[in-house]
Amino acid sequence: MKRQSLTRDGWWPVLFVAPLFAGVVVFYLWPLTQSLYYSFTEWGVFGSSTWTGLDNYVRLVGDAAVYRAIINTLVYTGILLVGIPIAVAFAALLNRPGLRYAMVYRTCFFLPYIAMPTAISMVWRIIYNNDFGVINAALGVVGIEGPAWISTEWFSLVAVAIMGLWMSIGFNMIILSAGLKGIPPELYEATAIDGANHWRQFRSITVPLLTPSIFFLSVMTFIAGFQLFDLLYALLGPANPVMPKTQSLVFLYYDAAFSSNEKGYASAIGILILLIIGLFTLVQFRLQRRWVHYVD
Amino acid sequence: MRFSRVVVAVAASALLLSGCSAGGSGDATGAIDLPSDPAEVTGDITYAIWDINQQPAMEELIADFTETYPNVTVSVELTAYEQYFTKLQTQGSSGTLPDVFWMNGPNLQLFASNNLLAPLDPFVDADLIDPANYPEAMNDIYSLDGVQYGVPKDFDTIALLYNKAILERAGVELPTSEWTWDDYHAAAKTVSDKLGAEGIVGSADSTRNQENVYPAIMSNGGTIIDGDTSGYDSPEAIEAVQFWADMVADGSSITPAENAETNGFVRFQNGQAAMMWGGNWRISGLLDSAVKDDVSVAELPLAPTGERKTVIHGVGNSMNAKTKNPQAAQAFLSYLGSEEAALLQAASGAANPAFTDTQQDFVDSAPGYNLQVFEDAATEYSVAYPVSKNTSAWNKLEIDLLAAAFSGERPVADVLEELAEKMNEALAKEK
Repeated sequence: MKRQSLTRDGWWPVLFVAPLFAGVVVFYLWPLTQSLYYSFTEWGVFGSSTWTGLDNYVRLVGDAAVYRAIINTLVYTGILLVGIPIAVAFAALLNRPGLRYAMVYRTCFFLPYIAMPTAISMVWRIIYNNDFGVINAALGVVGIEGPAWISTEWFSLVAVAIMGLWMSIGFNMIILSAGLKGIPPELYEATAIDGANHWRQFRSITVPLLTPSIFFLSVMTFIAGFQLFDLLYALLGPANPVMPKTQSLVFLYYDAAFSSNEKGYASAIGILILLIIGLFTLVQFRLQRRWVHYVD
Repeated sequence: MRFSRVVVAVAASALLLSGCSAGGSGDATGAIDLPSDPAEVTGDITYAIWDINQQPAMEELIADFTETYPNVTVSVELTAYEQYFTKLQTQGSSGTLPDVFWMNGPNLQLFASNNLLAPLDPFVDADLIDPANYPEAMNDIYSLDGVQYGVPKDFDTIALLYNKAILERAGVELPTSEWTWDDYHAAAKTVSDKLGAEGIVGSADSTRNQENVYPAIMSNGGTIIDGDTSGYDSPEAIEAVQFWADMVADGSSITPAENAETNGFVRFQNGQAAMMWGGNWRISGLLDSAVKDDVSVAELPLAPTGERKTVIHGVGNSMNAKTKNPQAAQAFLSYLGSEEAALLQAASGAANPAFTDTQQDFVDSAPGYNLQVFEDAATEYSVAYPVSKNTSAWNKLEIDLLAAAFSGERPVADVLEELAEKMNEALAKEK
């Protein structure tokens, strides 16, 4: 059947896909190939590169900063993932029938996602500030002496992650709301007749049937988490003494490419990021059979 | 009239040829041949800068330039400093550099050694630019292997900025040119002890290389870079950084972490710090601050060697070696290097011009601040800003490592030894 329609349509489908595909080739596949090539070279600032084989990768394996960056990135991504259950709870609450001003709430949740990350970072820098920040002032009221958020090891990473989590909730909720709309209302009616309360319905219907959306989000969150750069750069500032202990893989990549002007080594870091994201995404797709329920 | 095939072909090829001569990858490094009538120089060129505060002054310069060269259009291309050199590198790689652009010391050798900048020799030969008009140390910064690639635009030196009101409240005598590092430390300590409860600290100095680290090491007789090797592991350098670490240790100065939370200069602007070593580019930021009436400037205190030294640095104007419009770019660069342009720049208060004896207007822009100190520093005790072919590689090492020495987290000698070792590795890679 399908085979027939392909021949009947001739080259038309190819023609329609071509512009988009050309974009993918020019802006993704070709740079990727180039990065792969340059990761085997020593490449200075302007053009000329020399083949150095596996040198960059040998250096990568022996670079303590890389391991620390992987740990930092994983911790950051782990905290971002906490945003998914939070978003599930909020989305379920927001989608309850008869909720007034639902649009207003939705807008409020979504606003951080569309605001400029650097602008948000500027505001959070003030919120976190140790001298006059509102967080430590509030903690002071209840007798806790808050840490210097943006200049203390680990706290700086948590500070970035809290901001990232806060920004991601809006996007997560939009995806989940769409998922919620796809759940047949009869299921709720039927279980209500059987005597299930709201909590039971949430656990046994809402969450299982949302798993495709949750799976999508966990893949997206993981990828976004591994691309951490702008929030970190803008919140902490590149000259922050805590940066070497807080930097992410992409920050390391940026530093190698544009501060140290070692673009070959930077390419190797880029390939490493690609491999890690690819690996984790593959694992997630393998594991989804165990917990994701698709309604057919 | 009807075009015959031949007419069209000829016209088209003529267009094509003229396109080739005007466009293509020109070479603007040879002898200069500007027409005697400025009106004959035509075309559009771009001028890339990074300081939004100076944009109005740069546009004044352009207006003045186009009075002489009415058929040239210069458009300003503004990029924030944080992204400026990243962008310029990308443009350099793809052959799309602006025609004339701001350059700085740390990047000069990188761009010059890749043949991206036009050498100044032809300008000197044609009597359009004379390096003797600028401070020697500034010409050094913009030279590589004896060839100069940038016209010094302005210069900055470092001096001691202090807040009279805070010092008087703490009962500390105002700084003099006789002050030593010990006097400076003692004064800062007194302020921190007496006014610390109000959140006021004696010194806002931190790990800033140009304002704190370099002048201290150089005053103490050390170097940052000596030929191909780092000077950071010398006893003079260690003693100088120890001076800052001691200041931090007893609360005379802010810690690197405190500096990351709220920048030292912002503390000084807000009246929360009594003193700091600072460059003359800080002045415009003080003139519209809360402490504008309390600020004054003194010479840096004397090191244990009895000497004082400041780094001198400044922006330069460079020309794209492959500009598509050499004549207009050459004319504009020559203008930017002129006394006329320097005076206009000083009058606007935008920057302290590099051209000899044009600085008076800048000194007068903040009466009572004693800005002459910055000018005397340039002529009497300045050292060229330390640079190499890939300066940013070891600048990054300074940022990553020095904080641990300042904060007392690690012994100063250990940190500086590691810094020197890694910096030497980076320098070796430049070959």
